[in-house]
Order: sequence, then C-alpha cells, then structure tokens
Amino acid sequence: MSPEDAPGPAPVSRPQRPRWAILGERAIEALIRLSGVSAILFVAAIFFFVLREAAPVVFREDFSLGQFLFSTEWYPTSANNVRYGTLALTVGTLSVTALAMALAVPFGLGAAIYLSEFCAPRVRETLKVVIELLSAIPSVVWGFVGLTVMSKLIVKLTGAPVGVNVLNGGIILALMSVPVIVSIGEDALKAVPDSYREAGLALGATRWQLVYRVLVPAARNGLLAAVLLGVGRAVGETMAVLMATGHAVHIPAGILDSVRTLTANIAAELGEAPAGSDHYRVLFLTGTLLFLITFAVNLTADFVVRGIRRK
Amino acid sequence: MRFARTPHIARKERAEAAAKAVFALMAAAMVVPLVLIVGYLVYLAWPSLGWEFLVDVPRRGMTDGGIWPAFVGTLYLVGISLVVSAPIGVLAAVYLNEYAKDNWFNRMVHLAVINLAGVPSIVHALFGLGAFVYAAHLGYSILSAALTLAIMTLPVIIASTREALASVPMAFREACWNVGATRWQTIRAVVLPNSISGILTGVILQVSRAAGETAPVMFTGAVFFKSVERGELFPYGLHEQCMALSMHLYTLATQVPNVKESLPYATAVVLLGSVLLVNAAAIALRVWLRGRKKW
Repeated sequence: MSPEDAPGPAPVSRPQRPRWAILGERAIEALIRLSGVSAILFVAAIFFFVLREAAPVVFREDFSLGQFLFSTEWYPTSANNVRYGTLALTVGTLSVTALAMALAVPFGLGAAIYLSEFCAPRVRETLKVVIELLSAIPSVVWGFVGLTVMSKLIVKLTGAPVGVNVLNGGIILALMSVPVIVSIGEDALKAVPDSYREAGLALGATRWQLVYRVLVPAARNGLLAAVLLGVGRAVGETMAVLMATGHAVHIPAGILDSVRTLTANIAAELGEAPAGSDHYRVLFLTGTLLFLITFAVNLTADFVVRGIRRK
Repeated sequence: MRFARTPHIARKERAEAAAKAVFALMAAAMVVPLVLIVGYLVYLAWPSLGWEFLVDVPRRGMTDGGIWPAFVGTLYLVGISLVVSAPIGVLAAVYLNEYAKDNWFNRMVHLAVINLAGVPSIVHALFGLGAFVYAAHLGYSILSAALTLAIMTLPVIIASTREALASVPMAFREACWNVGATRWQTIRAVVLPNSISGILTGVILQVSRAAGETAPVMFTGAVFFKSVERGELFPYGLHEQCMALSMHLYTLATQVPNVKESLPYATAVVLLGSVLLVNAAAIALRVWLRGRKKW
C-alpha cells in the first residue's frame, strides 16, 4: 500500500514524493522484471542461435538424422566420402563420463557423508574451502595437467603407448566433478531433519548405522541430484577432455584407448570448418544435441530435488 | 561407572571406526590432488616465474619471453563481461528474491537460471559465434567474446546474490514497509546495503570464472598471437581481437613446437594463481562477513 492512499487524519500537509521519483521507481522496477525474465530469454536465444546455424543442413534431403546419430563414420573433410556420424563421439563422451562417475560418485558421496556427519566443524570449514578452490580451477589448467603430468604418470604406470586416453580424461573429469557432488550431496544430507538423527541415536545406533539405515535413504533424492549434476558437468566439459583424451574418433576398446568426445570434437574442428559449410553446420548440430542432453540432465536433477522439498 | 562391552557393541564400534576412517580418506583424497597439482606446477614453472615473465611479450615465435598481451587481454575480457553481467545478474536476483511470486512463470525463470549454468561452455561458444560474431555483426572481437562470457557467468552472480538477499531477515523489510516505504525504497535502503558484501562475493566469483574460461573466447574473439608493446596498458580496441591467458596456455601446450620447457608451466601457474587468489579473496570476504553479522 502506498502512503498516498493510506487513511490518515492529516489530509492536507502530507509531503508528496516528486513525480520523477515515482516514475524513476517504475522504470527501475521494469528493469528488474526485465532482468529476471532475461534468464529465460538467454536460454531460448542460445537454443535458437545454435539451431539456426545448424538448420540448413538438417532440413536437406540428403541429410539423415539417423546416420548423424547412429553412424560411427566421421569423415568431415574427406574428398569423396564425406560422412557425419557422431556415434563414436557419443560413445567417447559416455565412456569418459562413465569412468569419471565410477571414480567421482563413491569419493564424492563419501566425502559428503564425512563432511556432514563425521568431522569436526573446524575441519569441515577447511575442507569446504578446499572444495571451493578445487572447483575454481579452470578447465584448461585441468587439461594441461592431464596432458603433461597425468599422461606421463599413466605411461609409466600402465605401459600404455600414449598417456592421453579414456583413463586420463576420466580421472581429470572425476576431479572436476567431485566438488559439485560433494557440495550438493552435503546440502542434501543437511536437509534431513535432526529429529531423524536423534531418533536413531536414541535407539542405540552408531553414526555409521545412522548413515546407511536412515540418512542415505532419507536423502536419496538429493544425493541422486548431486550425481546427476556431476554427470552434467562431465558431459559438458570441453577443454579438459580436449587436451587429456587424445584425438581418435573411434569406439574405444579399453580404458587405455584414445577417444574424442562430442564437446572436444566441436572445439577441435570449429576453427577449421569454413563458416556456412556443411561441416560447420553439423558441428552446430552437435552443439544442439549437447544442449538438449545437458538440458534434460539439469531438468531431471531439479525435479528430483523438488521431490524432496514437497515431502 | 562403565558397563563392559558386549561383543555386539564392540563389533558396532569397530564398524563405526572403520566407516569413519574410510570416509575421512575419501575426503582427504580431494585435498591431496589440489596440493600436489599446485606444488608440481609451481616447481616446474619456477625457472620462468617472475615480474619479467608477466610484463614481457612472447618472443622467438612464442617459444620464449612473457605473457603480457595475454594477461592484459584477459583483464579486458573479464572487465567488460563484468560490466555487462553484474547489473543484469544482481537485478535478476533481486527479481527472483524480492518480486517473484511462487507461480509457474517464476519457476520457469528459476529453471532457466539452472539450465544457463548447466549449458556446456562449448555450446556457449557456438552461441557467441552465431549470435554476436555473425548475427549481430560484431565480428571476431573483444566485444563478442566478453558478451559471450557475460552470459555464461550470469548464473554465478545470480546464485550468490540471491543467497545474500535471502539472508536478510524478513523483519527488516517489514519494519521498512511499516513506516511507509515502497518495495523499491525498501530494497535500496535496507535489503541491498545489508547484503552488499554477499553480492560482492558473487561478483568476485564471476571474475574468477570468466578469467579461466577458454572455449567461449577461443571462437569469438581471442587469437593465437597479437603484437603488443612490452608492458603497454591499453593495447586493444573493443572491436579488435585480443590474446587471452587461458587460450595462450592451450596454444603453448598443444600448438607451438619447441617451447622453452618451463614456459607453459609458468603460464598455467599465473592463470591458476590469479584464479585461486581471487577465489580466496571471495572466501575471506565471506568469513569476515559472517563474523560481523549481528543477526
């Protein structure tokens, strides 16, 4: 309610706000609303502009979406046998992400449980700072570490011919997605009401029994969301996998095989594809595919989290 | 007085100790790589590190010399992206926290912010290329790259500003409304002053995030090499291309043959050091703030 229409005993001498102040306030509120809506506009614009560059090739008769998704033949610059099949790249993304998650999920959730249930407040604060710093390391630095330190280490320990491979990318991606899993996972455990813990302790349960009998089942949606966001981070990561996984467009035979992921493929080839060429448009189509994948993963994670809040 | 432990309880306690040790190890497994990586990079970078490395330009076909053009280029990109994304991000957070009612539309806004944070950086690069470089005719330029970075880092500012605004107690606003202030007057006089340090933290985090990004600037405005005077402060125009520290590291590590061995390591250390320093500043600000809060 504004002061002007509030009932009061002194109707005459009430100071009025100047006209410009009222108009200025309206303008600022309009600006605030516009900024709020801008998030939707930006997401829509990203989808629109990426798809717009891809569209001419999608709606052409000789282009088959089935071949794009399910063929392993990726020969974008071949002279007489041009093929745009991304299956090998998709498998590359999946294999690196799967390995990263196999490492990051147990460690991330274990660390989240330690942070929220076992450790002293002072240790917790320190560890949270470390996690924050870990998540701040730029992906190009991670990629550089993979390319130099990690690849030498892998060659020495496993005897693989090249050190940039699925294992290398998986370890780097695991280190990159652990902070996401820990911080979201810890939030999920924190959200379990203390009365659950008190009830368990009153029955004589140890902390460990409490964790696996009460807390993990109660927080499972939040923990699942943490894992999903970690997956989203790993799938979308570009520079680190570009530098750490090698450049072989094929379906990997094992974890010591080099691969290329969807993201790394765009980064590696976009610079050489002439603007407007088929190759260039197919790379944008790959971008659309990536956008849709991460969109679906993030949306699912949000719905899963919303599920616990409703309860 | 203490009762003797039954075998059952002894087993329970052993399981407890084992579980605690395993979880502690898992947590420690995060600290070790951070320390090892930073330590090892600094060790290998040591021969090149120094003031001279920072202010000198790349020499002998980028195999020697310093990183000045890339360093200044990153400052340009980060500065411009900050000027664009800070006001939009803060206002968007004000909308979400102070104006938005809980209806389907605002849930969409919320989802959009989450998705904006989840879009892969290479897709942001494609967007910047399609939208700013071509559709808006900005060409490959600092402006295109900085705008791409600004949109990419928007969720960072929105998230921490929202948190800061939400931590201002509702009673503060109610008191202000009760003396007749409008919604905006309340925000300006009560909500923003009480959350300014939290907002500043978000802005600092945006800087660190923008400085480290590579893919989005690589295809929209950052170049391989640009000739710049040693120590020159304003070498770039807005419509020119520039070098960027993150891309420079990628170039040195993968594209340039026969680089002096410590050079890419030193570049990595400068990039990593700046980002971690900026982040540490944000953390310190937050800790200091928590100590000062009176509610």
